[in-house]
Amino acid sequence: MRYVDEFRDPALARGLIREIETLAARMERGRDRPFSIMEVCGGHTHAIFRYGLEGLLPDIIEFVHGPGCPVCVLPMGRVDDCVTIAERPNVIFATFGDAMRVPGSRKSLLAAKADGADVRMVYSPLDALALARRNPDREVVFFGLGFETTMPSTALTVLRAAREGIANFSIFCNHITIIPTLRSLLEMPNLGIDGFIGPGHVSMVIGIEPYRFIAEEFLKPMVVAGFEPIDLLQSLLMVLRQLDEGRAAIENQYARVVPDAGNPRAMGAVDEVYELRPTFEWRGLGSIAHSGVRLREAYASFDAERRFAMSEIQVADPESCRCGEVLTGQLKPWACPMFGTACTPETPLGALMVSSEGACAAYYQYGGLRQPQLEGAA
Amino acid sequence: MNPVVPRPFRAPRRTLPKSVTLAHGGGGSAMRDLIDEVFIDTFNATGGAPEDQARFDLAGLMAKGDRLAFTTDGFVVDPLFFPGGDIGKLAVCGTINDLAVGAARPVALSCAVIIEEGLPLDTLWAVARSMADTAHAAGVPIVTGDTKVVARGACDKLFITTTGIGVIRAGMEVGIGRARPGDVVLVNGQLGDHGAAILNARGDLALDAEIRSDCAALHDLIDTLVTAAPGVRTLRDATRGGVAAVLNELASASGVGVCIRELDTPIRSDVQGFCEILGLDPLYLANEGKIVAIVPPEQAEAALRALRGHPLGRDAAKIGTVTDGRPGRVVMETRFGGERIVDMLVGDQLPRIC
Repeated sequence: MRYVDEFRDPALARGLIREIETLAARMERGRDRPFSIMEVCGGHTHAIFRYGLEGLLPDIIEFVHGPGCPVCVLPMGRVDDCVTIAERPNVIFATFGDAMRVPGSRKSLLAAKADGADVRMVYSPLDALALARRNPDREVVFFGLGFETTMPSTALTVLRAAREGIANFSIFCNHITIIPTLRSLLEMPNLGIDGFIGPGHVSMVIGIEPYRFIAEEFLKPMVVAGFEPIDLLQSLLMVLRQLDEGRAAIENQYARVVPDAGNPRAMGAVDEVYELRPTFEWRGLGSIAHSGVRLREAYASFDAERRFAMSEIQVADPESCRCGEVLTGQLKPWACPMFGTACTPETPLGALMVSSEGACAAYYQYGGLRQPQLEGAA
Repeated sequence: MNPVVPRPFRAPRRTLPKSVTLAHGGGGSAMRDLIDEVFIDTFNATGGAPEDQARFDLAGLMAKGDRLAFTTDGFVVDPLFFPGGDIGKLAVCGTINDLAVGAARPVALSCAVIIEEGLPLDTLWAVARSMADTAHAAGVPIVTGDTKVVARGACDKLFITTTGIGVIRAGMEVGIGRARPGDVVLVNGQLGDHGAAILNARGDLALDAEIRSDCAALHDLIDTLVTAAPGVRTLRDATRGGVAAVLNELASASGVGVCIRELDTPIRSDVQGFCEILGLDPLYLANEGKIVAIVPPEQAEAALRALRGHPLGRDAAKIGTVTDGRPGRVVMETRFGGERIVDMLVGDQLPRIC
């Protein structure tokens, strides 16, 4: 496959791994703890496991799997709201596939569908809009979910619905924004993270400027990375080089997709349609100021929250769940007492076990090679 | 089986309506007409008076082997027609394959259909014709059947259940628990075609890919294989859950590990691309014309040669080996030497959002 195989070339990978080994061996001297590199994006977590990258790297390098899986950080109360909307008699509830299994306090969307709710899996918000066109006597609600990656496509769909005057279409908006969350993460005391691998798809939209504070205020290096194994290895090497040279800068490894300035047209649509919420709840992380968006007043008629007068009930995660500590890199997935026992992909307790991009699900499914405790557990 | 003989008498053919109605399931003349014209004529398999069962000559069966194999499978695929096949072809091939992977020679099939009221008769004709053609080409007749019509909404268009009997080659032992460390894992071609074709044919992806189902009857291929490699330990068709599910099952049942190599696993580039876009793993996609064969190392070369010499096995490959690793665990060596676990899938694969 062109433009993919090149970035999975074993010889190239071996060369990069050798360079990382040599550099890490030199940097290791006199150091009493590993280099903790957080990959922010769930897509990166998935790729690291899929290609078995952890096992190929020296022990001194440790990945910490960050909060960038939108399905994983969705609070339970919002899932309950989804189910409530989906169960209304005249509603067609359209959602991306991997949101269907997220547990709410009553049930998941998958269970609601089995109980008779009309829940449809779509691949784009435009598919949901097409459903609304085809079913003028039904209310079609699209479950808007994701970071800046998916935010523009939802915004453009709202704009199109407005232009076409489609009245039976609305968005249940759960879009979130990564920058305030990274800031709140960096402000945590005892955060043992040395550097970041930055999200590729989000950056394609927002560019690399917004990350500047990470280097300037918090003196941590970040490299925006692509999703193929060569991308990840090269980005890791770039982060290590910065650490070795005592620098902290925002670098762009994924320049073939990510322009430094992002995508101004996409950001224009985002600004047109959404405004920041004062605060938004993240599963496992709690409420973070200005971390979520909602539809502006001008598009209120497309806002499912206003349309269906949702109550915004908050539901606490099960007490035994330690997703927050895993998300912030303070706990390894397998060190959670629930991991693989009460919490499995079949019966996820915590959000990180739900999506294949969640750190716990990735560990469970692909098996990290550095988790001796797992042997004999499963 | 029952020889095909001219029918002694038949009533003048009535013109069937354009679509199936509840009357066609009522047991009266409308039902008789439907069964006669759509199924019996098409399958061309009735012998003499219409009895309630097919009848077999035991001595004839016993000459073919030493045990009877008996299997059944229900087919509910949506859409009914897709590139590379349809529900009828699938129903015939699926049951033939379930017999064949037990080292059985398929003898005959039954066919029960449940039809949703309102199904266009042309659709039913086309499916019946496809079943007949597939059964004929495979040399495995459909000898008995049943037809039910249910109210609109009580089923989705058309469900088919086929049951098959076959006779297992004398002395031949294959089984899911027979894999041993050192054995070789073979497949007869590109993986994931059927699953990708069905997802694509549902049309809601709007991806411009021409991916065809691999739906095929594999008994002849398996015959070639077991002749060349009589020591074959395990045969499984990699249907739902794909090759990953088969390997996990056999690793558990045999108490062995399995290691496969990503570089040696044949996957079409369009299927690979399709999976990349949707965040699916082709190892978990269904196949309808692919087997996993576990063969002892000394017969691996002969087995591979035999597979590759057959039209349905041209792209056959050795994808890995059975190991004495942790029992039940399937590991894949990634293309640059990393390792990952290929676990059993929980539920369906749901496409990732970003």
